[in-house]
Order: sequence, then C-alpha cells, then structure tokens
Amino acid sequence: MSEALLRADKASIVFGGLKAVSDFNLYINRGELVGLIGPNGAGKTTAFNLITGVYQPTSGDIMFDGRSIAGKKPYEITQAGIARTFQNIRLFSELSVLDNVKIAYHSHVKYGLMETFARVGRYFKEEKEIEDEAMRLLKIFKLEDKADEQAKNLPYGAQRRLEIARALAAKPKLLLLDEPAAGMNPQETKELMEMISWIRKEFGLTVLLIEHDMSLVMGICERIYVLEYGIIIAKGTPAEIQQDPEVIRAYLGGEA
Amino acid sequence: MNLLRKNDLIMLAFGIVLFAVLQGLISTKIIGSFWELNLIIIGINVIMSVSLNLINGYTGQFSLGHAGFMAVGAYVGVVLTTFFKLPFIVALAAGALAAGFLGFLIGLPTLRLRGDYLAIATLGLGEIIRIVIMNIDYVGGAAGFQGITHYTNFAWVFIIMLITLFVIKNFINSSHGRACIAIRENEIAAEAMGINTTKYKVMAFTMGAAFAGIAGGLFAHNFYIISPSSFTFLSSFNYLIMVVMGGMGSITGSIAGAFVVTFISAALANWPEFRMIIYALVLILLMFYRPQGLFGYMEITNMGIFRRILKRGRE
Repeated sequence: MSEALLRADKASIVFGGLKAVSDFNLYINRGELVGLIGPNGAGKTTAFNLITGVYQPTSGDIMFDGRSIAGKKPYEITQAGIARTFQNIRLFSELSVLDNVKIAYHSHVKYGLMETFARVGRYFKEEKEIEDEAMRLLKIFKLEDKADEQAKNLPYGAQRRLEIARALAAKPKLLLLDEPAAGMNPQETKELMEMISWIRKEFGLTVLLIEHDMSLVMGICERIYVLEYGIIIAKGTPAEIQQDPEVIRAYLGGEA
Repeated sequence: MNLLRKNDLIMLAFGIVLFAVLQGLISTKIIGSFWELNLIIIGINVIMSVSLNLINGYTGQFSLGHAGFMAVGAYVGVVLTTFFKLPFIVALAAGALAAGFLGFLIGLPTLRLRGDYLAIATLGLGEIIRIVIMNIDYVGGAAGFQGITHYTNFAWVFIIMLITLFVIKNFINSSHGRACIAIRENEIAAEAMGINTTKYKVMAFTMGAAFAGIAGGLFAHNFYIISPSSFTFLSSFNYLIMVVMGGMGSITGSIAGAFVVTFISAALANWPEFRMIIYALVLILLMFYRPQGLFGYMEITNMGIFRRILKRGRE
C-alpha cells in the first residue's frame, strides 16, 4: 500500500485571531511509529485535537484510510479507527479498572436494545467476549490484579498504562499517544517504550505520539515532526532532527 | 455470567415471595387500607425514583422535571380509559409512549446544556407541561380530571415495578448502560471512546420519561380525581430527594430512598408540620455523614452479605 494511513493536508485552526496550528502537513504510513515534538505551547495537543475531531479544522483537510475525517465528530472518528490517550489523564475515575476498558468496546457491540432489556440473543455471549478481551488487555498492561479497583486509586504510572489499554480496546488502526511518559521515572519510561514497541507489533498498529522525553522519542520513533508556534519547522529521522539547526534553535534559543 | 443469571433468579424469587406475603396480608385485611395505599405509593415512587436515577444518577444529567412526564402519562392514561373506554394496560402503554416521546422531543435540544443550566431548563419544562394541562378544558383544567375508574391495585403496581427494575437493571449492565455511565464520568473521554454522547443522553432521558409516564398512569388510576397540582416541581423535587438519599447510581438505593421517604411521610401524616422539618434534618445529616447517599454506587447484589448468602446456599 503506497497510500498513507493518515494524511493532514494544510490543516489549520484559528482561535479568534490566533493561528494555533497552520498549514499542518503530515503523513503517516501504515505500521509506522511517528513522533510529534515541540516546545511547550507549540500546538501539539491542538494538532491531536484536530485529528480526533475535538476541534474542526478552519481550513485544510485530514484524510484517514482514504476518507476525509475533517468535520466528523470525535466518536465517529474513533469508530473509523483512531483512538487516543490524553495528556491530562481522563479515565472514568470512579469506575473499576475493568469497566474502564469494557466501555471502550462500545462501538463493536452488536446486540441491540431489545436484547439488552430481555437479556436474550447475543447479549451473554458478547458480554463474555468483552470481559475476556478486556482482561487480556489488562494482563498485557500488568493491571489484571487491579481489575476491580477504582481507576482513581491506581498509581500514576498505572493510570497512564490503563489509558493506553482503554484506547486499544476500541480496536484502532491508528493510536495517538499524548505524552504517554509524562510524570514517569526513567525506569517506567523504559518499560513504556518496550511496551509501545511490543503492542505495535502485536496489534499491527500505526502510532503517532507526542512526547517531551527525548530518550523515548529518539529511541523508538522512525520519523519525527517538530512543531513550533503552530508550524512544522522540521521533519525527518531522529538522527536528522538532532542535527537540524532550526530544531536546536527552537529548543535551546539563540541564533541559528 | 452464571452469577448474573443466578442473581436475577434469586431477585425474582425474592420479589415473588414478597409479593405473595404482602398480597396475602392485604387480602386478609391485616394490612389496612391506609397502609395498602402507602404500599401502592411506595411502588409508584420506586418506579419514579429508579427512572429518575437513570437520568440523574447513571447518565449524570441533572433533570428536575420528572413530575411533568408523570403528568403526561397520567392524563393520557385517564383520557383513554375514561373517554375512550380502552383497557387499563393499553392506557398505561400509551401514557408511557406519550411521555417517552415528549422526553425525546425535549431532550434533544435541552441535553446540550450542562449542570445547573440543564436543571433550570428541565424545571421550567416540567412547569410548562403542568400549566399547559391546567389550561386544557377537555381534561378538566385546574379543577382536575374527575370520574376516573379505580383500576390500580397493589398487584398492578408491584408487577410493573418489578418489570421496571429488571429492564433498567439490564440496561445499566450492558454496553448501552456503560455508555451512559461513561458520559457521567467524563464526557470528553466517553466521546473519544466511540460513544455517541448525544444519542445516549437522549436515550436515557427518553427511557426515564417513559417509565415516569407509566408511573403517572398507575398514580392517576389510584384516585377518582387527579389535578395538575399533583405534578408541581415540588413533587419532582421529592423524587430527586429519594434518588439523592438512596445514592445516585444505585438501583438498590433508589428503592431504599423511595421506601424511606414515603414511609416518613406516611408515618408523620398526622403531624404534617413536623414532616418537612424531619425531611430536612434527615437530608442535612445524610449530606454530612454520607454525601454519596445510603448506597452510593453499591447494589445489594454486589454486597458481601448477599454473596455470603449465595455461597451458603450452594453448600
């Protein structure tokens, strides 16, 4: 397949007079692991929100799997095959860890309302499948013995892992990770890197991640885009990015 | 999965036994007409509070107009039985449909609002429904609707209450119900997990309204006359108290809330001036010591006691 799984074509968004992201061009091929980096306030999360439909692009287009997703609602985009995690964790905090994951299977459930009310037909079979698959995911993320705990009681690193597990339950083709290693110690970050590489192979995923932790980005990303003031200032392999004078200027300041 | 089915059967058996005992006591006049009436009111209130809990507790959409939907069910029901001589069950179903349809129409625009704004909008809509009914002479206007046949009895209320409980419980424990709960917990995350939040908000609101319609039909046919003054926002508020007291997000809690509130009002029927004071005191104490309500998110079927009984039964 030569066609990219995700392609943003001059996507821009304007808040009032501020161009938060402008002429955002990006492509991700199937199976790639791509990083999006940039200084604070560069518009990385805004770019994520454009892709996932939280914001509608003011101009430009975003194509996913051969179809335009610009202007679609977030749940439609998730159903089309893009799942995400959040920079500031957004778990269903009062619910159990298991329920958090089970909720994300929602768009794959086939039983209807009548089957729900009367508990006939596919209800029991599908509920069992959901429960088994959710437990399998929890096992991958080493959360299986915490399945009945409230999500808010998990330690921070475990909450981050649960967010990824929940996103995977939606069975995406493209996984967007918004600072998955934020607040993790070096050991946890290293484990997370291994886990991301592993799930990518295991689930045949394409991954786009935002990250500040350079060891993680340089370690696992195949290509990197650098965003500053809403504009992509550099793109290329980790080695190219490390040498790029524009990137060094953006991160360290001073004249390039 | 087996546990789920077993819980259902145990609860059904418990329901039937409870029904047999209470019906027996009523038939033998051990429970007199005052407490029989109160049992009927408790049953109706259970339907109201559980259906309101679906909207307020599970889906997290603060509605204050539940009595309005009850009024629609009540008036549609009495018109059909009195003027058109239709059977009671048809009137109940029509009342549910009418209230549900109105809930759908109202829910679609108002559920875009959040928190206090939604509460105020639903409060207003509940009042609009009541005032519209008050101005329709066909149903008696402010004087009320007279000459209703007394169809409602304990058996009707109890059986319909059981059906309501099972339908709502099954809904909650499904992917559809989980979608509603996800909206309560975090709307942005729910949407990002592929849940059409508007659809599920409107669905919960419609279902809640439809069950309130059935409760209205049962309520109306329990008296010879109904008037719009039975469906003011104070009664909406009363159902909200039951839900909050029992626990937002617990069916067991709603049943307990309906029982406690109705029981307190009945027990204090001779001292109406104390009723509101005790009400208020109970609520204040509850908010101090147990703000999540009597049951919080817990269901009796998940509790240690119930599981232990279940285990002992197996040995």
